[in-house]
Amino acid sequence: MSAPQWKNPIVRWIDYRMPIFTLIHHDLVDYPTPRNLNYWWNFGSLAGFLLVVMIVTGVMLAMHYTPHVDLAFVSVERIMRDVNYGWLIRYLHMNGGSMFFLVVYIHVFRGLYYGSYKAPRELLWMLGVVILILMMATAFMGYVLPWGQMSFWAATVITNLFSAFPVVGESVVHWLWGGFSVDNPTLNRFFSLHYLLPFVIFGLVFLHLWALHTHKSNNPLGIDVKGPQDTIPFHPYYTAKDMFGMAVLLLVYLAFVFFAPNFFTEPDNYIPADPMVTPHQIVPEWYLLPFYAILRAVPNKLGGVVLMFASILILFVLPWLDTSKVKSARFRPIYKQLFWILVVDCIALGWVGANRPEGVYIVIGRIATAYYFVHFLILVPLVGWLERPRPLPESIGAPVLGGGGAAVGATPKPMEKA
Amino acid sequence: MAEHTSSGGPTLEEGGETRRDFLYLATGAMAAAGTVIAIWPFIDFMNPSRDVLALSTADVDLSPIEVGQAITVTWRGKPVFVRRRTAVEIESAANVNLADLPDPQPDSARVKKPEWLIQIGICTHLGCIPLGQRPGDPRGDYGGWFCPCHGSHYDTSGRIRKGPAPRNLDLPPYQFVDDGRIRIG
Amino acid sequence: MRGKLMAGAAAFLFALSANPAWAVEQSRPAAQDWSFSGVFGVFDRAAQQRGFQVYQQVCAACHSLKLVHYRDLAALGYADDEVKAFAAGKEVQDGPNDAGEMFTRPALPSDHFVSPFANAQVARAANNGALPPDLSLITKARKGGADYLYALLVGYADPPEGMELMEGMSYNPYFAGRQIAMPPPLAEGAVEFADGTPATVEQMAADVTTFLAWASEPDLEERKRLGIKVILFLLVLTGLLYASKRKVWSDLH
Repeated sequence: MSAPQWKNPIVRWIDYRMPIFTLIHHDLVDYPTPRNLNYWWNFGSLAGFLLVVMIVTGVMLAMHYTPHVDLAFVSVERIMRDVNYGWLIRYLHMNGGSMFFLVVYIHVFRGLYYGSYKAPRELLWMLGVVILILMMATAFMGYVLPWGQMSFWAATVITNLFSAFPVVGESVVHWLWGGFSVDNPTLNRFFSLHYLLPFVIFGLVFLHLWALHTHKSNNPLGIDVKGPQDTIPFHPYYTAKDMFGMAVLLLVYLAFVFFAPNFFTEPDNYIPADPMVTPHQIVPEWYLLPFYAILRAVPNKLGGVVLMFASILILFVLPWLDTSKVKSARFRPIYKQLFWILVVDCIALGWVGANRPEGVYIVIGRIATAYYFVHFLILVPLVGWLERPRPLPESIGAPVLGGGGAAVGATPKPMEKA
Repeated sequence: MAEHTSSGGPTLEEGGETRRDFLYLATGAMAAAGTVIAIWPFIDFMNPSRDVLALSTADVDLSPIEVGQAITVTWRGKPVFVRRRTAVEIESAANVNLADLPDPQPDSARVKKPEWLIQIGICTHLGCIPLGQRPGDPRGDYGGWFCPCHGSHYDTSGRIRKGPAPRNLDLPPYQFVDDGRIRIG
Repeated sequence: MRGKLMAGAAAFLFALSANPAWAVEQSRPAAQDWSFSGVFGVFDRAAQQRGFQVYQQVCAACHSLKLVHYRDLAALGYADDEVKAFAAGKEVQDGPNDAGEMFTRPALPSDHFVSPFANAQVARAANNGALPPDLSLITKARKGGADYLYALLVGYADPPEGMELMEGMSYNPYFAGRQIAMPPPLAEGAVEFADGTPATVEQMAADVTTFLAWASEPDLEERKRLGIKVILFLLVLTGLLYASKRKVWSDLH
């Protein structure tokens, strides 16, 4: 994998002074990639694609948006009604947020299933968690900008979370607001940060990729690459596969944009913000519902807030909570079951988060919250010790020793029935 | 996508090569075309929007303007100079050797009624607003307007006579609604 | 695992669509067959025009339509002169003039729909303390959208036995809490349609709902038209990309 000899003199001139073409060649063309990656490995590049879509549409929207409490709602509606293709750019941005989270969540669960967070990829994983947290902050602040009823009350409720902290709580909230309630200063700073954070995320994505390319991709078998016979160059194999995945994503994404653009939103956000009237029910966007459920599962205000933050922060230490040396759940019969229970648990949390905290929802919410932490804090470490993994194949390229499905297939076989 | 790298790529089967190339070409062409088309909404997004275009007329009441006076009104966010010219100004505008002008145009082509000169008050050089509307303003060497930014002189018909501006002052589309009113746009 | 994935996806979608069980008493509006629903649906022009008439002659007495301009009515199939005439029928405040005074003038096509009340306080004072909501986004801003609006307009009834209505309220099972401050707005023959359609309550309700659905989503027709083209294009492109991907990977066998 030596540096290619560039024929074009201009390319050669630039590359000698700043080897950008060599870099691209190494990291996107010749880059050795495990030959057995399945379609679940598409979601990383899809997330990158959506980040670019969000930044581009967002920069456009900012050209017509006015961050002022009296004008924000009207300026968004002006974009929808009077600006050329304003409805398209706005719906792309709105639904793009949902698609971004959908893709990223699948990306995260793929990492959980195949043990992509284990050594030597701990830092790669932790950078991913930072990106996820920043995405949530960005999405929340973006949701406030149209200054509808949900915007206003989401801003009020979420910022009030910080009032749970003893002693400094109230001062912190006033500092966040820049006043004594959510008002114009709040909207202005949310706009500023909503514009800034995506670029911070963009930078972190580069670090994420740097870490990734240092030890290369994990793969469905979770075993290390033994030599060139186990890898194929990124281009054309994975470029072709990623392009296909992107087209499928666009089909889903644009179907929402053009035919059900308000599927993911609450009707209340089409009512201008009214600081004197709280809507009947406040729910965050779907991608934050599981966390919302954890927040409400605890009857104590501070406890709920702490648990909610802990539910994300716990992912930082996951690489050390998991005691198993085997990465892929394919060879971990018990962990595989636990993984799917966790998926169901998270969906249950989301479902509880969408409903009013009463009756059966409280019970389910508490059980699901408890299980979430039990999974990471007790079951994952314990199973790592107790479980007897199935025998691992010799290598990615070689025929597999017993069990474990086909590894050689060019067209990735679906993961075997769990 | 149509290329193969020399490193990992196994050899191609001879027969499939043309069909394969065509497929890659068609796919690449379609993806490229789609990308190019998808850029249009983003460009058009920055064009004047419907509400801006809808505000494209302005009515001006001419009755309070005395002979020799000028007013400035706003149309599409731009200043429009409305001047009621004196007989002397009309005459000096008409008696000009067109061959001497950088941008030859007879005065009759610049007005609908000789008394009323209506033009966009933006210097055709780099967009400053020329002086000459208010009584105390310098009017340049030709008694019309003078742009202080880079010294362009306009005559009483708003034609460029001296200085860096390439064109006469632009004329907005307008019509007389009746004797005392015009509608610009 | 595919099965599990499907089940997961189904559960996920269910979670999204699950109507949060809210304790406020409210009947579920029945789904209607709207001209503008579905992938190919467009607004019925005649219904829009009749609905505009209903809005003008009935709703506009209390409800503003602030986000819509008179010029937007061209989308309903009105000619420029008609749009100008609609606008000129209303007075708007403008100014200050050269004397520094505010004045009123007939509205222009570029003006927003003139609101019936100068501000929310006046509106409340004139309506027994209740604020008639702006209707510009009404079908987007209510759960159930057009179906809800229609059900509400035709849903007035006598209160069930034992239900005490508050002073000045009407019974309407589709409204949150079942009591609404708006008296039944539509009565048989309240308007005389220009096209001769009999003005039944159901007809007027359906028409004004169509009009207001357009007011909420003026982009709807352009959006669907473009969407169909884009999706068809993407289907072909996706097929080609899949074929290319297969070809590229066929080397590995």
